[in-house]
Amino acid sequence: MRIIAILLTYIFINNFILVKFMGLCPFIGVSKNSESAIGMGLAVSFVAGTASAVCWCVYYGLLVPFGLEYLQTIAFILVIAALVQLVEMVLRKMSPSLYKALGIFLPLITTNCAVLGIAIINIDEAYNLLESFTAGIAAGLGFTMAIILMSNIREKLELKPVRRSFKGVPIAFVSAGLMALAFMAFDNSLLANLHLA
Amino acid sequence: MSQHIKELTKGIFKENPTFIIMLGMCPTLAVTTQVVNAIGMGGGVLFVLLFSNIFISLLKNVIPNSVRIPCYVVVIASFVTILQMVFHAYIPSLYEALGVYLPLIVVNCIILGRAEAFANKNGVLDSALDAIGMGIGFTLALTLIAAIREAFGAGTITLFRIGGWDGVIKVPFFYNWPIRVMTLAAGALLLMGYLKAFFNWNTSRKARKAAKAEEVKA
Repeated sequence: MRIIAILLTYIFINNFILVKFMGLCPFIGVSKNSESAIGMGLAVSFVAGTASAVCWCVYYGLLVPFGLEYLQTIAFILVIAALVQLVEMVLRKMSPSLYKALGIFLPLITTNCAVLGIAIINIDEAYNLLESFTAGIAAGLGFTMAIILMSNIREKLELKPVRRSFKGVPIAFVSAGLMALAFMAFDNSLLANLHLA
Repeated sequence: MSQHIKELTKGIFKENPTFIIMLGMCPTLAVTTQVVNAIGMGGGVLFVLLFSNIFISLLKNVIPNSVRIPCYVVVIASFVTILQMVFHAYIPSLYEALGVYLPLIVVNCIILGRAEAFANKNGVLDSALDAIGMGIGFTLALTLIAAIREAFGAGTITLFRIGGWDGVIKVPFFYNWPIRVMTLAAGALLLMGYLKAFFNWNTSRKARKAAKAEEVKA
């Protein structure tokens, strides 16, 4: 039950882009066409899920027993950087086609707020290992959904007459704002109505 | 001397990190619900940017080129940890308000961007001036966004608590009839879109004016 609640929370209620603004740079930068948006979204979901699980293990297996909780930020960002490098190498060897699709996005993910953000939120919320992993995947899926919707909107906007000063990034922000208005419909009452809270 | 001054001032207007280069958007929109949070976040970024730029500029000949990004990240993360401890100890209310966005300064693109684009090519003095300029530009941008959002969305301007004064300025009219959406996520994105459009318009207007002046001269 808690797992479903976490999934709904991070995909809809606390959508990482439209509510928490994490990962806004790639959201604006990579959403020009839907193919690269899907690639970026999947890469983020994959890394966020793995990083959540690994960071949880590092925090409770290494930092807490030695009383080093204050090193959390440094440890997590190093874990994420190493993990991204590892994923890149593994993908290149195991699945060249997947590497071709996701490869160029992987280096960008190290500095994506969403990945470090969900790793820190997992610790703040005191989730267990499975819940952390789920939260990571859910945050990634929420990001994927938002970036795919955004790329579709922007592909349509290319063909529409837009004032010159609004072309490109400004109109993308305004569309994202309207999307965020729609997402305000999801709040904690959703969980209450589904008897999950 | 004048070129040093230029390194300082370019970050404030001409290459403003928020409105012109569009880096570090996530704290920009997330913490700007109150002016005091925006100033705190800006000050934090200024501190981390200044020290990471100085250290990276000093270490630029020691760090091997192939592992430079992880090295920069470690330097930045160390200063963010120091900042977290200082905020936690001395301004706990701000520490609570900034929450998860305080450690997220590590992945703020402005800091890594300046390290990569400026500090590893230039001397210590220029790097420090560049960092101060960029930091002030970022703080001013955040304060502007926060002032607009708070004044319209809540009808207040919250500053620091000094002595008996609680640090809250009430904005007439909007205090009684606030436009609540401005303090929510949607308002932040809409406002950012309109501000960016305004800055685009401003830049293109200046460029047109310069072109016209050139024409007259010719």
